[in-house]
Amino acid sequence: MNYTKEQELLQRLSNNDRAAIELLYKDNFSLIQKLVVNNNGSDDDAKDIFQEALVVLYEKAKSGHFELNCQVKTYLYSVSKRLWLKKLQRDSRYELQENVLEETVYVEEDLSEHQKRNAELMVMNNAMNSIGEPCKSLLKAFYVEKRNMQEIAADFGYTNADNAKNQKYKCLMRLKKIFFSQYKNGNPDE
Amino acid sequence: MNDIQLLEMIERYLQGEMSEEEIILFKELRRNNPEVDQVVVEHNFFINQMERYGERDRLRNSLDETYEKLKAEGVIKKSAAKGRLVTLWHRSKKTIAVAASIAGITALAISGIISSLTPTADKAQIENLGRKIDILEKNQNHTRRELSDVKNKIEIPSVPAKFGGTGFIIDTRGYLITNAHVVNRAEKVTVQNRTGVELNAKTIYFNDSMDIAILMIVDSLYKPGNALPYAISRKSTADLAEPVFSLGYPREEIVYGEGYLSAKTGFNGDTLSCQISISANPGNSGGPVLNKEGEVIGVLSTRQTAADGVVFAIKSSNIYKAVDQLKKDSASLRLKMPAASAIRNLERGQQVKKVEDFVFMVKGY
Repeated sequence: MNYTKEQELLQRLSNNDRAAIELLYKDNFSLIQKLVVNNNGSDDDAKDIFQEALVVLYEKAKSGHFELNCQVKTYLYSVSKRLWLKKLQRDSRYELQENVLEETVYVEEDLSEHQKRNAELMVMNNAMNSIGEPCKSLLKAFYVEKRNMQEIAADFGYTNADNAKNQKYKCLMRLKKIFFSQYKNGNPDE
Repeated sequence: MNDIQLLEMIERYLQGEMSEEEIILFKELRRNNPEVDQVVVEHNFFINQMERYGERDRLRNSLDETYEKLKAEGVIKKSAAKGRLVTLWHRSKKTIAVAASIAGITALAISGIISSLTPTADKAQIENLGRKIDILEKNQNHTRRELSDVKNKIEIPSVPAKFGGTGFIIDTRGYLITNAHVVNRAEKVTVQNRTGVELNAKTIYFNDSMDIAILMIVDSLYKPGNALPYAISRKSTADLAEPVFSLGYPREEIVYGEGYLSAKTGFNGDTLSCQISISANPGNSGGPVLNKEGEVIGVLSTRQTAADGVVFAIKSSNIYKAVDQLKKDSASLRLKMPAASAIRNLERGQQVKKVEDFVFMVKGY
């Protein structure tokens, strides 16, 4: 695959394009699967590691100033290798047996960036999970799915958009309170 | 104005839904009310986090669904078994299948003939057959290696004819890196330092397809020097136009060369190597290519005969690969390569002075 094609693929990945994701799976998954399974992992581990690597690639593509200085395959392999090694190290195993012909690139910085972002998103995730329903769905519908208030009111059974708005406001205040208290306490930037 | 209305206003502002007039008024409001301004900033950050959270959610969904889809379609297959066996199996599926069927038929035949006479001989027969599988496998590996050799020869245009080159220390206990083609076919290898002292060495690792060899100095005259001044870069990419320099022995004297990285890949897009614009001659092969930080980013290997100043260097990441492979072969050997350069901030002249003690002439006899 040539350079522009790969750039285009990344562009599409950053837009959450299914066809692009499918292509990335088809071209790369078996390699990562082999690496993980040959090193004490299961198929499910391979799936998790590969998805995590795709998320890293996605973040990179999304960041806009991403310049591809190696093949997508090499990048995914390098990230997966590091991720799996980290996992193994947690289980105190240190060495990987791999196909030495596979080239790898330096991905440490990308991974620490990724970890930071994961920690940040975890704060929001926890906050969202602790406000309960219908707050969670209500806020998701408005802020994430960007649906309008009339629709939401109808869906959630509020008599009118103003009622929904009031309810949304209450939920939001609760969420913000939880979010910012966690965010400031366990400051993920540190 | 109550809080709900304020929030709505802020959201409309952040979403860019306000008219120009409203924006002016709103900015005015922000300026005059630090609390409002604070809420705007905070809310903006919050909304961003929410959106990212939603984005990540959607991505995870896409990934999961794609995985399930491909699994259902049979594109993603379950791995057959666990552990090392799998690699072995994949690598030699066919061989083993053939060997196994031969083994099966032969074993049946043999056991048919032999069993009546000496039932105990069975075991020996089976052992022999086991070795046969080994031999087949070895043959296959050999063929593969030959194939890659051929490929290699096509890709690398001009191997300097001269029997000799350059090498540099990667571990001060006496381990050097050089090109495989430098020590190729040599019955005896020696290395010679800047002052002209010739030391015996032996090749402990040789990889034709990467064109890398690791030598070990086996001479009582060798005194392990100080710590290495340069680092061996783990990165497999350097920046285009990055200034580089090299030291080597195209003649009896150590020669300094200066240039820049001109392409990230080597001859015909070879990703193992990169292209450098530098003047190099036969004998420079195996020399280190350093960047201005004093990190070795490559091993000078070949030049293109058709063009001037076009030289290819094997990326330094391959040194790590070679060392890893070597480690697999001899588990007791642990080469230590510095990851940080000690000459980062020195002037070029000073850098060269530090580096030249660790660059050797490699001679093959």
